[in-house]
Amino acid sequence: MIAQNIAFGILAASSVLAAIRMVTTKNVVHAALYLVVVLGSVAANYILLAAEFVAVVQLLVYIGAIVVLFLFGVMLTRAKLGHEGELDNDQRGLAAVTALLILGILGYVLVDYFGDDKLPQLNRTHEQLNATRGTGAVGNAIFSTYLIPFEVVSVLLLAALVGAIVLARRD
Amino acid sequence: MLLNQFLLLGAVLFCIGVYGVLARKNGVLVLMSIELILNSVNINLVAFGMMGGDAAAITGQVFALFVITVAAAEVGVGLAIVLLIYRNRTTVDLDEVDLMKG
Amino acid sequence: MSDFLQAYLTVAVFGGTAGLLIAGVLGLGRLIRPSRPNPDKLTTYESGVDPVGSGFSQSQVRYYIFALLFVLFDVEAVFIFPWAVGLETYSYFGLVEMGIFVFILVLGLVYAWRKGVLRWV
Repeated sequence: MIAQNIAFGILAASSVLAAIRMVTTKNVVHAALYLVVVLGSVAANYILLAAEFVAVVQLLVYIGAIVVLFLFGVMLTRAKLGHEGELDNDQRGLAAVTALLILGILGYVLVDYFGDDKLPQLNRTHEQLNATRGTGAVGNAIFSTYLIPFEVVSVLLLAALVGAIVLARRD
Repeated sequence: MLLNQFLLLGAVLFCIGVYGVLARKNGVLVLMSIELILNSVNINLVAFGMMGGDAAAITGQVFALFVITVAAAEVGVGLAIVLLIYRNRTTVDLDEVDLMKG
Repeated sequence: MSDFLQAYLTVAVFGGTAGLLIAGVLGLGRLIRPSRPNPDKLTTYESGVDPVGSGFSQSQVRYYIFALLFVLFDVEAVFIFPWAVGLETYSYFGLVEMGIFVFILVLGLVYAWRKGVLRWV
């Protein structure tokens, strides 16, 4: 129990610090690498929440693929490696006020409503957990309840592919 | 573990993402900040799923999977748009993309 | 829960060990190596002509399309894994559903192929 909380503390601190560095750093490539730290910490958080499959997908899709896409985007838009002049616009102060305001409201509402609600303890073996919340259980849900969304996802991916080719192709 | 510690982590990441979207003017960095926002949503979905039984936990996980999928599609098209802006204006500075401004 | 997380404790220990090892080796190297900074060491070629222009070259948009294709089929794989775990349970129904899913995505690949973006000119 205490070990879980220590692990959560380390993960939360690293993800928040990396996220702050990501939105303040002066180097676009560093921002992408800080994004990797945030995504990795979030994946570890899914493990703490016993969502094994989502954690693996997070590593596979986000860190393995989307960050690569971002690095290609950085490369192709000729963001100079090394320190670049200005990446922030002049509404930084206003943006910080807005973000802190949203954080204050969200924090107040969450603490007020959920207070000390505890996550239920899962006193099961690894096998039982795999059977009820593992990859197979996720598959059962996808291929029964969420069958239509699953098929629509393929149409979405097709639309994204065609759209990106039309936009990026040099005619 | 408390439910709130995950929800508050999600809230903090969300607000950092909002700051990034508002304060950055490089198009690629804005898209990266949007990824932060989507991730905070996923933490919330999985954490809320834990509060119910097994069915709720699975529902939360499946929703998170769909959000990750949509994020992949969104980044693909978004970066293609940024590349198109770069090709036409040779800049990814979003402050200079103001043709629609009256 | 504890049983589940204990399995992942191994992962955490491995990760921590790897991090410590790298930090330790690099830190040790920094401690014991001599430091004699010299402007000549920072030049691209220590002997020979000075390079002209910037070394940064821009790649083509074509790379981006390939990266995008990789991302989309990566996402496809994500949905194939849970299908593969329950392959026998879903039987022919699952096969047909996955067939539709893959077919629609292959349409995208065919579009890319017909548009000639797969060709490396």
